[in-house]
This record gives sequence, structure tokens and C-alpha cells, in this order.
Amino acid sequence: MVIAKEAPVKETIVTRDNVIAPVQKNIVYETRGLDLWYGEHHGLKNINLDIYENEVTAIIGPSGCGKSTYLKTLNRMVELVPIVRTSGEILYRERNILSKDYAVEELRTHVGMVFQKPNPFPKSIYDNIAYGPRIHGIKNKKILDEIVEKSLRGAAIWDEVKDRLNQNAYGLSGGQQQRICIARCLAIEPDVILMDEPTSALDPISTLKVEELVQELKEKYSIVIVTHNMQQAARISNRTAFFLNGEVIEYDETDNIFQNPSDQRTEDYISGRFG
Amino acid sequence: MSLHKPSDPSVQQMIADTQGKGMKRLIEKLMPILLFTAATLSVLTTFAIVFTLIFETFEFFQRVSITDYLFGTEWLPFSSKEPMFGILPLIVGTLKVTFIAIIVAVPLGIASAVYLSEYASDNARRVIKPILEVLAGVPTIVYGFFALTFVTPVLQQLIPSLKVFNALSPGIVVGIMILPMITSLSEDAMSSVPQSMREGALGLGSTKLEVSLKVVLPAALSGITASVVLAVSRAIGETMIVSLAAGSTPKFDFGVTDSVQTMTAYIVQVATGDAGYGTTIYYSIYAVGFTLFIFTLVMNLLAHYISKRFREEY
Repeated sequence: MVIAKEAPVKETIVTRDNVIAPVQKNIVYETRGLDLWYGEHHGLKNINLDIYENEVTAIIGPSGCGKSTYLKTLNRMVELVPIVRTSGEILYRERNILSKDYAVEELRTHVGMVFQKPNPFPKSIYDNIAYGPRIHGIKNKKILDEIVEKSLRGAAIWDEVKDRLNQNAYGLSGGQQQRICIARCLAIEPDVILMDEPTSALDPISTLKVEELVQELKEKYSIVIVTHNMQQAARISNRTAFFLNGEVIEYDETDNIFQNPSDQRTEDYISGRFG
Repeated sequence: MSLHKPSDPSVQQMIADTQGKGMKRLIEKLMPILLFTAATLSVLTTFAIVFTLIFETFEFFQRVSITDYLFGTEWLPFSSKEPMFGILPLIVGTLKVTFIAIIVAVPLGIASAVYLSEYASDNARRVIKPILEVLAGVPTIVYGFFALTFVTPVLQQLIPSLKVFNALSPGIVVGIMILPMITSLSEDAMSSVPQSMREGALGLGSTKLEVSLKVVLPAALSGITASVVLAVSRAIGETMIVSLAAGSTPKFDFGVTDSVQTMTAYIVQVATGDAGYGTTIYYSIYAVGFTLFIFTLVMNLLAHYISKRFREEY
């Protein structure tokens, strides 16, 4: 299974000099000429980026470069700030999510999000996971039980919590809480999972667990992850976008970005000369 | 540095010279004692009040049996033939008014709190909150007039059988009185639910209403419950509105359209009347006052317990 998945990736590395993107991957998100302003501040400048199915796409860059803003634009969470304006297009499965007639709730049902700080609800573990399916109308207890188990297994935390599903999720450690949040996201079986520095508040062992989990999840989901940690991006992602001052400086397969960056600024950043 | 001539004493020297001089040391010693006295005064006052209540109530129970008082269904203290001191009609009168107040204030208060915390723009909040505070600052005697001369006549249009003095009208007005308390404390509880929790719920495709009702409201439930219990405690102890608009007929039934008497209204009736010192009626107001005190004390302890025990740690 794993070998079968990796084979086409190797192929793309061999053929990376071809200008045309590898054809065996479907595009999930197509960003075309995206600009974003926070009031007067031009936060994102003419972003053009394709995100591929069943890949981990990492977004790196120094603080304030717009990487989190871009991620939050992908599920329109950025609209929670009232002064934000956007222009351009983001096509998700070929529909422009920035158009007014795209219901934001529908988009977020397809696109889950995991946040920087674990944010479980102050409810039982079970109710945390069942929250998403419930608000979308699934009431049957047996089906919910199945979803909860499947999601917790999917987030590799079932064995740790199966005996205390009725306890408050706040009794868990930070790393466990974050995996609960991932399970909560899996419960609605999203298409894409957006992760906003999901390990920055975790200890190294929990970080490792989440990273391993991300590797498993990309078999079924497309993942976009914002990270401060360049080693993390190098370890877990297929593609990496380097953001600087609201622009995409370079976007390529992760191996190329880290071993053979084409832009001097990328090279300076990944070698630790700034940021 | 150059401002300092070598001959000047150093700052350290000057500090050392003032230490332990003049009043400073004395003030340091005296102030804690003064502060302690100030803090103790309120505690002592509380004890004095409770002690008086207990002492006079004890005197009352020398004359009236405690079972007659607690389980009697007739409150006829002024009867010349055979006075009866069964507290239940007064408790029922109090509970009627309180219950109506809760029915009015809890849904309205929580709805306003959800609006203010989750929906209102900063501008709307800037206008509504001060108005709520004005509502909280209206003297209760004014609420009493309002109940008697405005709410009762309006209700009489709707319910022709409504008496001039009744439980319904003061109940509604007491509800309006405790409304700002529920709104303001519930809003505080909901506003302190972290934004990250709302984002988590929105990220799963929740609508704004779902976030408000299924995430924020449950997360703030302990604070909201505590606010309701505190408000109930105030409603039970409310005096002026019921004295003016509820009447003075102790009744052991469940109607709300007739004149009733609450515990507080009875105390007012006796205290402003001409009951002589040392009579059973005189002592009865202490017994009723003590009963009332137990009610509000239990409510306040309950509110304290709820907000402590069920406080959500985010």
C-alpha cells in the first residue's frame, strides 16, 4: 500500500524538469490571483497556487508572511476579521469559494481545520467527536457510536480514550487534545484538512505522533499544513510553498525546495539566515 | 552623574537616613490593624443580624409551636379569636411571585445575553448595556408604582377577572427588575468562552446559531445558572414591588389573579403598623424574616457552589 503510493511520487521527481505538472494528481484547490487586505495592509499579494489531492502541502515562511492568513482563506475563516477584503479566485473542486453564493458552512463541511492550540469543546470526548455529525443532522446513536470509534481510531487515539469516552476532553494532555481535535475533524469525513501549526503547542513526543498521523491521513485526505518548523515541513510534506511578505516566493516539491531552491530568498530562509 | 557633587550624600545614604524615622514605621504597624477592623466590621454586622434574628425567632417559638408554624396552612396573625401562624401561605405567595418573575426573566435574560455576546455589534452593545444598567438602577418603589398603576391595568384589559392586587403583575415586574442581573452576568459568562472554541465549531461547518446555542451556551452554563440562582434570591427577597402591588391576603392556593401576601410584604405590613413590642405578632416578623433569610442564604450558597463546582476550565 505504502509502496504503491510512493511510486508515482518518485516518478514525478524523475520528471521534475518537465514544465507541466504531474498529471496523475487531481487538483483540489486552485488559487488564481488572490489578493487580500487587512484594512490598508496588503496581506496577500497575487497568490497563484495549486493544491493536490492526497498530498501534504506545507506552507512555510517567517512570522507575518501571510501563511496562516492564506490557510484561513481556504475555508474562509479569515472572514471572522471584519476588515478583511479579498479579490481573485480560489477554486475548490472547480467552484470559486470566494463568490457570494458559496455557502461558507457547506465549504467548511468539506474542509476541516485543526488549530494551533488544541481547542476541544468543554464536553465529553464522545460529544466532541459527535458534534460535527450531529449538527449536520446525524442523530442515530448507533451510527454516531461507529463514527466516534472510527474517527478516534483514525486519529490514533482510540486506545488511549476508549474507556473514558464520557469524560471531559479537558482532562487529556495537550497532545491528546490535539488528536481529539483531529478526530473531531475526521468525524465529518472532510475532503481536505487544514492544519494551522498543529504541533507548535505540543511537546516533542506528541509532535512526533501528530506527524506520523499526518502521514497516515494523506492516504485518504488532502492536507495543507502551516508550520514554523522547517524540519517538519521537510519530513512530512510532498510539496512546500515558501511565503514571504504576502507573496509566494517559491512553490515546488519539498525535496527541491530543501535541496535545490531556485530563489536566493528561499535558500536564505531554509538555511536559517533570517526568520 | 555630573549633577552630583562628591560632597553630597549618596542616594543610599539619604534612604538610610529616612528609614525608621518619623511616622513611617508607626503607620506600617497601624494600617493593617485599621484595615483588619474595616474588614471585620461587615462580618460582625452579619453575625449581629443573624444573632438578633435567631434570638427573637426563638422567643416566637416559645409562643407558637414550630410544627404549627412550618406546616400550618392558615396565616391569620390578626385574628382576635384564635390567631394562626402557619407560614405556608406566605411561602406560597412568595414562590408565586418568584416563579412568574423567573418565567419572565430567564428566557428574556438569556436571549439578550446570547444576542449581546454573540451577535451585537460594538455599537449596539455600547447602546444596550448602559440602558440595562439604568434598568438595574431604577428604585424598586418605582417598579412598584409601575406594577400597580401601569402593568395591572394593562393586564386587566386582557384578563378581566384580575384583581387590583394580584401575584401576576408584581411577578412580571420583579422579572423585569432581575432581568439586567441575569443578562449582565450571563453575558460575562458567555463572553469569557474563548474565541478558539467558536472557531473550532465554525471550522466544522456550524452556523452562527449552532455555535451560540450548542457550543458557547453549554460552555457558559455554570455562569448562567449561577446568575439565575442569584436573581431568584433577589426575587425572593424583593419587598417594595410586592408590598405595593401584590396585596396583603395570605393564601394557600395556586391562583395568580387574586391578592396574595409574600413573606416580605407581611414584614412590611407589621413593621409599618402598630403591633406592640413583645406581642406574638411582633415576634412573628423575626420568624418570617429568619425563614426568608434561610431561603436567600441557600440560594446564594447554591450559586456559589454551582459556579465553583461546575466552572469550565478552558
